[in-house]
Amino acid sequence: MTLLSIRDLTVHHGQLRAVDRLSLRVGEGEVLAVIGANGAGKSSLLRAVAGLTPPSSGSIHLRDRDITRLPAHERVCAGVALVPEGRRLFRSLTVQDNLLTGTYRKRPGPWTLARVYELFPWMADRRRQNAAQLSGGEQQAVAIGRALLSNPDLLLLDELSLGLAPVVVRRIYEVLPGIVSGGTAALIVEQDVAQAMRVAGRVHCLLEGRSVLEGRPQDLNAARVEHAYFGIGEERH
Amino acid sequence: MEILNAVIQGLLIGGLYALFAAGLSLMFGVMRIVNLAHGDLAVVAAFLALALVSGTGLPLWLVVLVTVPMFALLGYLTQRVLLQRSLSSGPLATLLVTFGLSIVLQNVLLEAFSADTRTLDGGSFATGSFRLNAAVSIGYLSLATFLLAVLVLIGIQLFLSRTGLGRMLRASADDRETAGLVGGNPRHIYGIATAIAFATVAIAGLMFAMRSSFDPSIGPSRLIFAFEAVVIGGLGSLWGTLLGGVVLGVTQSLGAQIDPALTLLAGHLVFLAVLAFRPQGLIPGRTA
Repeated sequence: MTLLSIRDLTVHHGQLRAVDRLSLRVGEGEVLAVIGANGAGKSSLLRAVAGLTPPSSGSIHLRDRDITRLPAHERVCAGVALVPEGRRLFRSLTVQDNLLTGTYRKRPGPWTLARVYELFPWMADRRRQNAAQLSGGEQQAVAIGRALLSNPDLLLLDELSLGLAPVVVRRIYEVLPGIVSGGTAALIVEQDVAQAMRVAGRVHCLLEGRSVLEGRPQDLNAARVEHAYFGIGEERH
Repeated sequence: MEILNAVIQGLLIGGLYALFAAGLSLMFGVMRIVNLAHGDLAVVAAFLALALVSGTGLPLWLVVLVTVPMFALLGYLTQRVLLQRSLSSGPLATLLVTFGLSIVLQNVLLEAFSADTRTLDGGSFATGSFRLNAAVSIGYLSLATFLLAVLVLIGIQLFLSRTGLGRMLRASADDRETAGLVGGNPRHIYGIATAIAFATVAIAGLMFAMRSSFDPSIGPSRLIFAFEAVVIGGLGSLWGTLLGGVVLGVTQSLGAQIDPALTLLAGHLVFLAVLAFRPQGLIPGRTA
């Protein structure tokens, strides 16, 4: 069953057409990865789904509900949560207060503060620490915990690997299967193709705002992904 | 002994300055709005209470209980209807809107109540005092105002730290867009911040009106004291605001001991000194 359905979505970033008549869907409990080079329109896509950037045209449906014009805070109530690029923790709040902001809308679901502490045990010991004092990887984990506490049906993850050491990225991605096994679907935007392919059930590759390749990771060979990623025509090889 | 008396009187009036300043600090901390109409709102509260007392014959304590929630509601509506529209146009637009509001309020008061100086009769409570010793006497109203200021600040502090809405207020002060991503409706959150600011300034206006005379044009001078208390204490810090108010009050009081003409100047000089040597204030806030 389809959870998120995007049809002919166009998003402008200033004068630039960042997403160009894109259509895609995410099934219930599915992990969809959107890969692409810098400037391919991945983050603009997520910002439009989260309600931060209004699309120029097209539609976004969550189940049967049209959420295209819904403001960001109401999309949280509808079941969409974004882990934004750069973590964007509330720097003057403690770790626990950052997490608790995720409970503001109180959607029913399996995620509680105790369960987030179970997922990231170190957080409980450092819950009174200021979020600004955490390392990049720790901040990323808090940002994920904060999003989970709103008990979303769809988790949007924007460039989890950005600015983090590979070992930290691996650790962050290790918790993802545990998150989606509870039924939460995830739409991942990622430049780290290998990581994205490892966790996703399906992949879209964006180029200049359009989907140029779609499929299951096991059906896509490295050369096809590489060509789609860099926009290299097949005829040149 | 005169010095001790001056320090105590200054400390007590510092509570009133903190009450004036708390809302100003909160609105700036959460929304980056510098409310130039803040002092005039205190005067509006004073005139409103005066009109209610003389018009309905209700006792003053009841009028105070009615005026403060009315101001909270007025604050929420002012934010949603007036200030929110200007927020998207940048800080200069909100500055101009609150400046315009200040002028409008002063002129409406002038039209409705004339330029005459008024007082809010607080009865024996406003004029009574008790003696600590031969040189130091403490007014009941001054002491009540100071204690009220401390209670209001504790209340705001508890609200900000212990409630979900208070947490969202702090989160919005840090990063408005991300607060929306966790479900915070910025318009509602800003409305709540303004409601608290208006309620505190109403309390300040009423306490001020019981101890001093007032007229429609004194708002801006109250605003200057509030600004000075906020800057001396540290932007975005509630307890800094109380300390700022106390420092300002004590300085003015000590200045008056040297020469009554120095009362205001002494406060301004301390304000300038803090700006020059410790611009972050005595207790810098987290949202400053």
